[in-house]
Amino acid sequence: MAYTASNISRAEPKINQSATQVIESADFKRLVSLRWTVSMVLLALLFVTYYGYILLIPYAPEFMTTKIGEVTTAAIPIGVGVIVVAFVLTAFYVGWANKSYDPEVERLKNTLRK
Amino acid sequence: MLTSARQLLDLAAQAADYKLGERNNTALLFFFIIVAITLVITYWAAKKTKTSSEFYAAGRSVSAAQNGLALAGDYMSAASFLGISGMVAMKGYDGMVYATGWLVGWPALMFLVAEPLRNLGKFTFADVVAFRLRQTPVRIASAIGGILTVLFYTIAQMVGSGNLIKLMFGIPYLWAEIIVGVVMLAYVLFGGMLATTWVQIIKACLLLFGVSLLTVLVLVKVGAPTDLYAKVAHEYGQKMLEPGALAKNPLEAVSLGLALMLGLLGLPHILMRFYTVPDAKAARKSVLYATGLIGYFYIIIPIVGFGAAVLIPGGQAAIKAIDAGGNMAAPVLALTLGGTPFLGFIAAVAFATILAVVAGLTLAGASAYSHDIYVNVIKKGKATEEEQMHAAKRATIVFGIFAVGLGILFKGQNVAFMVGLAFSIAASANFPALFMSIVWKRFSTQGAVAAMLTGAFLSVGMILLSPTVWVDVFHNASAIIPLKNPCVISMTASFIVGIVVSLLSPDPLAQAKFEDEKLRTYLGVGAE
Repeated sequence: MAYTASNISRAEPKINQSATQVIESADFKRLVSLRWTVSMVLLALLFVTYYGYILLIPYAPEFMTTKIGEVTTAAIPIGVGVIVVAFVLTAFYVGWANKSYDPEVERLKNTLRK
Repeated sequence: MLTSARQLLDLAAQAADYKLGERNNTALLFFFIIVAITLVITYWAAKKTKTSSEFYAAGRSVSAAQNGLALAGDYMSAASFLGISGMVAMKGYDGMVYATGWLVGWPALMFLVAEPLRNLGKFTFADVVAFRLRQTPVRIASAIGGILTVLFYTIAQMVGSGNLIKLMFGIPYLWAEIIVGVVMLAYVLFGGMLATTWVQIIKACLLLFGVSLLTVLVLVKVGAPTDLYAKVAHEYGQKMLEPGALAKNPLEAVSLGLALMLGLLGLPHILMRFYTVPDAKAARKSVLYATGLIGYFYIIIPIVGFGAAVLIPGGQAAIKAIDAGGNMAAPVLALTLGGTPFLGFIAAVAFATILAVVAGLTLAGASAYSHDIYVNVIKKGKATEEEQMHAAKRATIVFGIFAVGLGILFKGQNVAFMVGLAFSIAASANFPALFMSIVWKRFSTQGAVAAMLTGAFLSVGMILLSPTVWVDVFHNASAIIPLKNPCVISMTASFIVGIVVSLLSPDPLAQAKFEDEKLRTYLGVGAE
């Protein structure tokens, strides 16, 4: 039988009452959707920053080669800026998760143990 | 063409021998000190490594800061250090465009997969993909994608390392490969993930220290970065400070950017690091540490490159005379700024860097075989602890021998396409399936297998027909597929195939388990 192996290795879904309640609770659903909203907004900002930079090079060469100092081109601080923005977005996510996500996770986990 | 390349290499080796001469002894001394320290750590780690969880995941006891350093160590290869500084020295600003691309995957890794990966997996990323699907087909497909990625990445590292070591230490290529293989096997075989983690940490600290020191010395000599730019523009023209050829073709640039960014999310040796920390919170923090360290590294490395171009006597021509690709810019700069001891130190750091990255890759390749294929497919998940460890060690030895053998076989090949392949396969085969298995309820076994195989074989096939292989390696007049990096097409195809096949083959049991999985994905309930 083709399915024998998979049935052995795949544990039966064991959802007790309170687990089902947590999964179906409005709080849990809100938490999951908030987590992905935050992620996707930050990811969108990352895409705009990085691909914006990549596309500025072929589409706005005059802007990128503008001298902002004696010889320094605009492209130099912009390149460094992309790296800094990437780090700031990561830091923002960690800050948000520590402050808002984790306490809610703890609370929901506690309702589960009851 | 090939003979002229070989002549060039010989010439470069002669130039290195002539220029670097007896300094090799200093370099070797530093190298032996570093290897001795790491082997002591391996001995200590070996005493702690008894179970498979300790072998693959360091007993899940690595702290967030340690893992951040180890992630940075795994990621900052010799290609980043020598390659980017060399590229900046020779081509100027374009090297910075690359540096940026190597960093932006880290935030994406954090937002999309880091925490779910930690909560759902055990030893490999296949644990997550296979979590609620049928084990056998999914594990086999994941192992194909995982092993292909690791293999191409390893070949690139081994070929690159052989050439570099030959240039720096004057050791023949063959011996360089064997030394890397033997020392690396000692780390992985005896110390497992714990020793490999500490090797990465030491290497990351040495590398960051070495590059910082180079940067400080350059700035002490030249003044502020703007003075450095002025010197560069004065000697080589304003063009050095402007983005050039790299991004002339926007589609190409975006495809390369996608491969660099999302390829990170499918690199098995990076993903398995998340199992070494105790929980998702530590996984998250470790990404922040890694992003900070790697970002700092990529911000200062162009200063080293520009410094090399203006401070080394003879400038670009002198760098090119030693190695046509410019890879020796940083070591020669070290020689100029700090004499032979500093050159010895930087050479040893570069060697340690290669050693550590290959060790991480070997562990990932071995676990893809022993955990995914041997334990879960052949033994149906019922292997004893002893059998698992034996399989892991056997796989490590086989993978190590393969790495050395392939390194020798591919001597003198263009490593750029192998790195490109590794990132394309990672982004096309591993990442789409991993991501869909985390977020999409209706993802099915057939969908996962189809997505992974499509991504793996399409990216390999398209690279073979691309200018990098079809023209540069096979010497055809023009490429069948004009894109150098296929990621934009192969990754999209993998997503589409995965979605269509999943919709055509609904798996009700997998959908039922998705709800159960959510508690583990988001709350960490039941996570190991």
